[in-house]
Amino acid sequence: MSILTSLQLLPLIGALVIAILPASNAKLVKQVALGFSLLVTLASVVMALGFDRSNSALQFTEVRTWISAFNINYAVGVDGMALVLILMTTILVPIVFLAGWNESENGRWNVKVFYILLLILETMMIGVFAATDVFLFYVIFEAMLLPVYFLIGGYGSGERAAAAMKFLLYSLFGGLLMLAAVIGLYIISTNQGGATFDIARLSELTIDSATQNWLFLGFFIAFAIKAPLWPFHTWLPTAAKSATAGTSTLLLGVLDKVGTYGMIRFCMSFFPDASKTFTPVIITLAVISILYGAFLAIGQKDINSLIAFTSISHFGFITLGIFALTSQSLSGAIFYMVNHGFSTAALFLTAGWMAKRRGSTQIADFGGLQRVAPVLAWSFFLAGMSALALPGLSSFVSEFLVLLGSFAKYPVAAILGTTGIILAALYVLLAVQRSLHGETPASSSAIPDLNLREKIAIAPVIVVLVLLGFYPKPALEVINSTTETVMIHAGVSDPVAKVAK
Amino acid sequence: MLTAPKLDYALLAPILIILGAALIGVLVEAFVKQAWRARLQLTIALGAIVISFEQLFRVRNQGSSIAAVTSVSIDGAGIFLQGAILIFAFLGILIIADQDNFAAQASALPGSVEEASAIQAGKQQTEVFPLTLFAVSGMMLFPVATDFITLFVALEVLSLPLYLMAGLSRRRRLLSQEAALKYFLLGAYSSAFFLFGSALLYGYSGTLSLNGLTDAIRGAGGNDVFLLLGITFLSVGLLFKVGAVPFHSWTPDVYQGAPTPITGFMAAATKAAAFGATLRIFYLGLDAAQTSWKPIISVIAVLTMIVGSIAAISQRDMKRMLAFSSIAHAGFILTAVVSLSQNALSATLFYLLAYGIATIGAFGIVTLVRDSAGEVSDVNRWVGLGKRSPLVASAFSLFLLSFAGIPLTSGFVGKFSIFSAAYESGNIYLVVAGVLSSAIAVFFYLRVILMLFFVDSKTDSISVVIPSILTRISISICALVTIILGIAPSLLFDIAQNFAYFLR
Repeated sequence: MSILTSLQLLPLIGALVIAILPASNAKLVKQVALGFSLLVTLASVVMALGFDRSNSALQFTEVRTWISAFNINYAVGVDGMALVLILMTTILVPIVFLAGWNESENGRWNVKVFYILLLILETMMIGVFAATDVFLFYVIFEAMLLPVYFLIGGYGSGERAAAAMKFLLYSLFGGLLMLAAVIGLYIISTNQGGATFDIARLSELTIDSATQNWLFLGFFIAFAIKAPLWPFHTWLPTAAKSATAGTSTLLLGVLDKVGTYGMIRFCMSFFPDASKTFTPVIITLAVISILYGAFLAIGQKDINSLIAFTSISHFGFITLGIFALTSQSLSGAIFYMVNHGFSTAALFLTAGWMAKRRGSTQIADFGGLQRVAPVLAWSFFLAGMSALALPGLSSFVSEFLVLLGSFAKYPVAAILGTTGIILAALYVLLAVQRSLHGETPASSSAIPDLNLREKIAIAPVIVVLVLLGFYPKPALEVINSTTETVMIHAGVSDPVAKVAK
Repeated sequence: MLTAPKLDYALLAPILIILGAALIGVLVEAFVKQAWRARLQLTIALGAIVISFEQLFRVRNQGSSIAAVTSVSIDGAGIFLQGAILIFAFLGILIIADQDNFAAQASALPGSVEEASAIQAGKQQTEVFPLTLFAVSGMMLFPVATDFITLFVALEVLSLPLYLMAGLSRRRRLLSQEAALKYFLLGAYSSAFFLFGSALLYGYSGTLSLNGLTDAIRGAGGNDVFLLLGITFLSVGLLFKVGAVPFHSWTPDVYQGAPTPITGFMAAATKAAAFGATLRIFYLGLDAAQTSWKPIISVIAVLTMIVGSIAAISQRDMKRMLAFSSIAHAGFILTAVVSLSQNALSATLFYLLAYGIATIGAFGIVTLVRDSAGEVSDVNRWVGLGKRSPLVASAFSLFLLSFAGIPLTSGFVGKFSIFSAAYESGNIYLVVAGVLSSAIAVFFYLRVILMLFFVDSKTDSISVVIPSILTRISISICALVTIILGIAPSLLFDIAQNFAYFLR
């Protein structure tokens, strides 16, 4: 049994254990959930240490027959990209548990259900990155919507039911389009001598260009909804506004990454020609997302919506990096996916604490926080700096790589994207100024600072952001192997500088 | 001299056992004391189904296209569907056994003194058991019949008891009787169409058997006008039974008016039987003429999917909503009829069984949600059910998710296999239409789940009755099967593949 399978089983076992615990003992439930999630983190670190960086093939593979009639397998394996994303997931989950220790208590259902849903979600989040069988990927891709749906609708705030519904409808619509494309691929593979859902074998198919375009769109729209790209983004701000801080962290930090991950893993490798055909359109959409997200973020009054719109802007950067398709921009984009995960985690968690203490998510209701709660204020400040990609923090490295790589091929897009950085400074600094500085309103004067639990939760996130900011080499090395594979498969090489010395 | 026809009794036994039990049931009605009837009838019905299933299992690997001269062909698909119908009947009867759903005395006028006194006296009519068995025997014959007379007889044998059963509801009896009358009148029309179509095809080919019809089409002997008209009328009869647009308008009324346990049974079993016959007729009898019917059936499939999904959105009654959802599902299955391949056939077999089981479960749950006046089928009054009865609400959501085709439920695998068969046969537009209408359909399934779990009810007037042990068993089996077939579909899919053949 591959360690990937154990990684997926562990949270499930945790969910089962919680299911038999008494609901009255909320503390025990939380401790067990945290314990299991830490075990998963540990196991994933062990896996990462055993990962052979010089080997660009899939590792820790396991294949078992699932539905023989369609040659569908339970097939898992990781390359560099999947590894770092799984690692990000397994690190974020215990942090979310710890940070939102009490956020499960005013939901529609009891604490048990909350942690069972989260642990099931963790299994699926690992599975979706580990799957090397398209059918398995699709099943998890769709099934993981349900725990999130119940997490938003059951434990969120405000118009939570409507937000959950909107989220699910958008995602399912994309998923169904993808289903048609998955079936199309499967039939093409059947006609070319062997029905298969194996990613590696599917990327060797020869597909005529018209079919390729249609199938590409089926996949791409699903992913563009998931990692919201303008104009498929409207579900995200409502979902982020209603979900708990922890759910939002996982939703934007991990789940939405499945979209960008899918663009690289499926769109690029199955349909290289169609990817090239659509690149101009997609780059345009990406640039629009960068600017649109940034502009709307400036105008947001609600702190969670602000974070959601910054994410739309950042997903624009990631998509730009992916479809610019140079080794720098692609590596940058993959690295950005990881950094964005930690960066939004920091933002959502600190914002969640602020909102909980103040009883409001309106930025205007805060002010002068740094005087009463300095650790909280500084954490939020750092998270904001990471969102605007301050040099020294990890998002800077990735944003820089994306822009550098894209400039070589699409200078106009890169230049327009760069203005997104300036806008980022604007929306982050405005929010920081309004919430942390200035007069402390009387109602905020009694706000307590972070307690030990919260400090322990936020510390690793900040450590990762700083560490990878100064020393991104280990992550980039792991990622580069994937980048090379994708570039070779797409038949693209980096543009050479026109002026030689 | 007239020789007796040679009958293969071993292969026909499953049908004969059910028919025999139905006749015994009639005798029980006549001769057994009222107090014992219900229990005895239930035992006979369940016993007959089990024995019949066992016999079916015994002959599963045999098969003959001349089981009853040229009228009945017991083959893989036939045996599978007969098995499916028996399973539906078993699960359905467990819910039907909850006698509280049926009129005390069906012959008494609604609201009359006679009715009141029958209720007062605690009378319970138990005819519903033999009626169900008669319907089951017809349903088992319909998908294996290979000549038009037998097809027609089977169609009538399965339909007539259902007309009666639709009118047996204990509460809202006028609605129930109206549904029964509607069903009967429209059903009679459709039978007439079917018969007329058969007659025209006889006029074309000079034979009643499906094989003979194929030979005639291949030989291009007859008058094509008869052929085309015959196919048209025959199709109208069949499409009526499966509830395809534009012959669907009876479905919501009948589903709503009929006693809910009957609705569940009917939705599952009639669909299996009618699609079984449809598949056989189109695959065996008419495949040689496919260029003439494929386009129109494709259009009907698309219409059925889309109209069913869109109309369901505006429904305020749970049973009507499920009725429109069943129409949409009929559209999905029609795409498999058009695909004309072995993969499509096995996909349909899987789909019919998986869908039928989820349907029986879903209607079973509708029987449980009541207020003081009986079942509550108004969707808006189901709000907040998840809070009061989390288990029931979860099971209902599971069935809805399966209807919606969400992964890890049986409905997803069914949808996937049907769509892939359609894609394989080149009907990509059907796949696209199917996917789009699924996206529409998802909306109303989810809305119900949202109401169950995320909305608090303002009044507390509805409650979930404690289900009888039989109903509980039935619903639990349905829920379990729906999940298991979602996680490990191979269990059934491999069987469906082995049985996906017609004998000529």
